Amino acid sequence: MTHPTSLAGSLQRQPAQDAGAATLSVKGDWTLQHYAALRGEVERARRQVSDADQVELDAMGELDTAGAGLLVELLGPARVARLDEWAPQLASERQALLRTVAAALDQPEAEQAPETNGLADVLAHIGRTVAGVWNQQRTLLGFIGLTLQTLVMQLPRPRRWRITALVAQIEQTGLDAIPIVALLTFLVGAVVAFLGATVLADFGATIYTVNLVAFSFLREFGVLLAAILLAGRTASAFAAQIGAMKSNEEIDAIRTLGLSPVELLVLPRVLAMLITLPILTFIGMLSGIAGGLVVCSLALDISPTMFFTILQRDIPLNHFLVGLGKAPVFAFLIAVIGCLEGFKASGSAQSVGEHTTSSVVQSIFMVILFDAVAALFFMEMGW
Amino acid sequence: MSADDPVIQVRGLVNRFGKQAVHVNLDLDIRRGEILGVVGGSGTGKSVLLRSIVGLRRPNAGSVKVFGENLLKLSTQRRSEVERRFGVLFQGGALFTSLNLQENVALPLIEHAGLRRADAEHLARQKLALAGLPPEAACKYPDELSGGMVKRAALARALALDPEVLFLDEPTAGLDPIGAAAFDQLILTLRDALGFSVFLVTHDLDTLYTICDRVAVLSQKRVLVVDTLERVAATDDPWIREYFHGPRGRAAQDAALKLETP
Repeated sequence: MTHPTSLAGSLQRQPAQDAGAATLSVKGDWTLQHYAALRGEVERARRQVSDADQVELDAMGELDTAGAGLLVELLGPARVARLDEWAPQLASERQALLRTVAAALDQPEAEQAPETNGLADVLAHIGRTVAGVWNQQRTLLGFIGLTLQTLVMQLPRPRRWRITALVAQIEQTGLDAIPIVALLTFLVGAVVAFLGATVLADFGATIYTVNLVAFSFLREFGVLLAAILLAGRTASAFAAQIGAMKSNEEIDAIRTLGLSPVELLVLPRVLAMLITLPILTFIGMLSGIAGGLVVCSLALDISPTMFFTILQRDIPLNHFLVGLGKAPVFAFLIAVIGCLEGFKASGSAQSVGEHTTSSVVQSIFMVILFDAVAALFFMEMGW
Repeated sequence: MSADDPVIQVRGLVNRFGKQAVHVNLDLDIRRGEILGVVGGSGTGKSVLLRSIVGLRRPNAGSVKVFGENLLKLSTQRRSEVERRFGVLFQGGALFTSLNLQENVALPLIEHAGLRRADAEHLARQKLALAGLPPEAACKYPDELSGGMVKRAALARALALDPEVLFLDEPTAGLDPIGAAAFDQLILTLRDALGFSVFLVTHDLDTLYTICDRVAVLSQKRVLVVDTLERVAATDDPWIREYFHGPRGRAAQDAALKLETP
């Protein structure tokens, strides 16, 4: 497509001589390549150009849509539309191109958005954020209510239980998460044992490392680590899945088919989480204690037999129950927040990303908040 | 390469998804400056062919030569240079949802043509107007627009660099008839003025009759026939007969005849 005698486009204006009109000569390639320079020349020349000027297009090389746009800006759409009168020698396809561009540009420029001032923007932003947080909590409560209502409506009708979806979700959220949960809690268990041993050694009470590990994992760490992992792993997956479905209009399709998205999408996920998080919590407790056991037997000379004896003698069952009892609550919160954020996403990829992030942040926040409140409550109750 | 060589040369193309073959030994040429319409029933691999040509899909066998070079064997740098000469309009528009329309069109202008942002956005607004969008649409985001407007904006982006080959995947689907006719006319005008080639996947019979120089029919895993519309329509094949001589085909043909002889 390159012309053998390619020449940068240029514009020259010969001022009027005697009584004659001024001449504008358009030369060289008016293409995208030379756009920046040409636009400058056009901007400069435009103020002086009048309708009486002669225009010479004969020396013009290549012309593309970018160049045509500039020519139209230079001469005005009305004049270009009458091209066949003043430049009949121009090739017909070029005339057609110029006329098409002229017709497209023959409309008023859009109004620029009004300037805003910085302080007002900041205040508006703060206001929007506060209102957003408030709305968020209201929507969350509403969504929890909707989910519970749908659940209650569906319970007496076993034929509408979606067992396949439930099992698939259990596999994805539970089974596939076992390795990472087990590994992580094992490592944290080992770390807690080391920390405990270091501090307790000063008091000659290294043996209490066993109590420390068992106590912390049964009451707190087992459930907390599992919940935080699932918040990162599953809440984000829920939000992204549902968000992508929303942008693909799948949610709308479900609605128009007379089905309930909550029943189809949310309930299987919530129920799957309610089943898997307690199991993962149990696995987390076991492997955390196993981590402590390994450190105790390798570094602290506490044999496994002794470890289990102390465990059996000193740790009552209620610690385990306190830890496990929190799991369903966390599971419900994580699943509901993940699904809700998915529903809140709008069509764009950016929005899906934002809501996925938000689902993780919110669910981890909620888990830790509820854990703190629960710790206070159980302490006061003396459980 | 000389001016008569095809800009795109597909030879012995094989595309398989698992065990299912979509293309077997498919040959196709796109000549310089022609508008080639590609038709075929659903699932005959029209979009797959497009993706193979522009290098988004590595075919299982065969070669695709673009401007005389095999796209799949080029270095990344060289390949990017060749791809710059393409304009692709995807079926769903594929606009970047995090950018507004003006930024969408300005992106290739800034990245490849090296324009300053102000120049690029100015030119982008012109391209959007050329594609038939009102000026106030320039600052809107893709999720605020109707499907037809997204299509137009996507065309503006495909045309941003004045490509040498324009790939259009069902461009008029989702446009109203007036918009579709204007779209056809725009492609025709630009092709005449700029001389680019067009690879046009379409189901729109009016588009076929109005602007296509040649039509390729994809069927039985290959290009069954590629020729001018009249000769293709006269081919003795049940699918082609059904396609061009069914009720819709006849209506489009009548409309095209009326246009030519007012």
